[in-house]
Amino acid sequence: EDLRVDGRGCEDYRCIEVETDVVSNTSGSARVKLGHTDILVGVKAEMGTPKLENPNEGYLEFFVDCSANATPEFEGRGGEELGTEIVNTLYRIFSTENTIDVKSLCINPREHCWILYVDVLLLECGGNLFDAISIAVKAALFNTRIPKVRVLEDEEGSKEIELSDDPYDCIRLNVDNVPCIITLSKIGCRHVVDATLQEEACSLASLLLAVTNRGFLTCMKKMGNGSLDPESIFEMMETGKRVGKTLHTSLQKILDKEESLGTTRQKVGFLG
Amino acid sequence: MAAIEVRLPVARKLAGQSQARGSDKHLVAPGDTITTDTGYMRGHGTYMGDEKLIASVAGAVERVNKLICVKALKTRYNGEVGDIVVGRITEVQQKRWKVETNARLDSVLLLSSMNLPGGELRRRSAEDELAMRDYLQEGDLISAEVQAVFSDGAVSLHTRSLKYGKLGQGVLVQVSPSLVKRQKTHFHDLPCGASVILGNNGFIWIYPTPEQKDEEAGGFVTNLEPVPLHDREVISRLRNCILALVAQKLMLYDTSIVYCYEASLPHQIKDILKPEVMQEIVLETRQRLLELEG
Repeated sequence: EDLRVDGRGCEDYRCIEVETDVVSNTSGSARVKLGHTDILVGVKAEMGTPKLENPNEGYLEFFVDCSANATPEFEGRGGEELGTEIVNTLYRIFSTENTIDVKSLCINPREHCWILYVDVLLLECGGNLFDAISIAVKAALFNTRIPKVRVLEDEEGSKEIELSDDPYDCIRLNVDNVPCIITLSKIGCRHVVDATLQEEACSLASLLLAVTNRGFLTCMKKMGNGSLDPESIFEMMETGKRVGKTLHTSLQKILDKEESLGTTRQKVGFLG
Repeated sequence: MAAIEVRLPVARKLAGQSQARGSDKHLVAPGDTITTDTGYMRGHGTYMGDEKLIASVAGAVERVNKLICVKALKTRYNGEVGDIVVGRITEVQQKRWKVETNARLDSVLLLSSMNLPGGELRRRSAEDELAMRDYLQEGDLISAEVQAVFSDGAVSLHTRSLKYGKLGQGVLVQVSPSLVKRQKTHFHDLPCGASVILGNNGFIWIYPTPEQKDEEAGGFVTNLEPVPLHDREVISRLRNCILALVAQKLMLYDTSIVYCYEASLPHQIKDILKPEVMQEIVLETRQRLLELEG
């Protein structure tokens, strides 16, 4: 009957708060609050050598830190397993072509390229981590400003890289094709989007879908100990695609609105 | 159709000080000096340092003649005889159950303090001990009353009345124990159509009001029929109202919950947890409560 414990429907998200540019010494950052889940993502752009198999492209490196503040289970090394799982999921999503234009990250083929180090920090764990992390990563990549560099060639052939003097002269990434993760948890015979901690404890199996802004599914992963009926998987996929499209439009609207506010935006940060 | 709201964060405005009430209580933070007068005895939540009495927890200072103690705002439940608690069974041991009640130690429910089905009074035998798991299993929720407090602070419970026992279908809300007001009765049947048990340990149980008062069962038979949608809406709304009151640090008792419920009726259930709606509802509740006082 479409009524959950907190009054939401099966396809409703909790209120999401997004803020970008919260960490000043990164190339891009974003903080996302989804109910009680709090995620901070920082992106740093560094120069390095391209990978051997893709000499004309830059690449992304992910790292997830489950802070001990999030839940007591993350104390010591408890959060490492969850962290590696999240990192592997992120790598898988971003390994599909065209999510990020990695060719634009290349400076000199085979010699220099931009490497984007994406660091995810879990500040508070309130259910539905993967969705919040994917929203935060998308927002942080949208906020990333990579300085423009020029390659100067000497007579001997050695190349010099010159950074432009203007600190505001930078290239931005196109995040239109970056997918968002939608987690669908199966509780009883219905499935719900955006499960809270209590709902996650009741669900035996959940499906992780990576959905792009046009509603295409790029990646799918099943989590949990329970089993899923093939028909219910089909229904969940349809729900995920629908919800994903809505999420992308809302997120993009807010990111554009934040961008348009520019310097007049009142920064809330962590002490607001 | 899904409605996903994404918004930019807004800096929280400090809520205005409630009139006159703030002057009665002396609020302290850990490390604040309470008094430099050495004539006082130190109670809980204080320590002596540098000839001054310093608070070790955040809360309100209470003074009884020469005894000064600080009552913390967010703490674990400290048992007192006669309190009603709602707890969850964590272990089934030889002649007792261990109950989790948000206290420092697990509470104890002895087999001899438990009502047998049918209300019979007899000595508990070995068969009763073997059949313990048929009455209460790990993960069950019960309502009970505090019988005694052991010297180490662990609490001993009893369910020796027909109104206590295993809880059926409903919603549990966990709040800080200091927000539940001490009253004559903690079992309330609210006019909106649901019933609520305000446990002193901070566990609040909201459940649909049973139509007939089934007295013979004694709290063991759980009704697992699906709850109708209308009742579920009322219960969800009550749950969100209680969370809103807790977020704004208002004391929880039947009047405040009912007023908050009525103030929230114009809004949709899922909107109650939005920060601005929450503030509006709780402000209205606070005003009505002040009018009620005088």
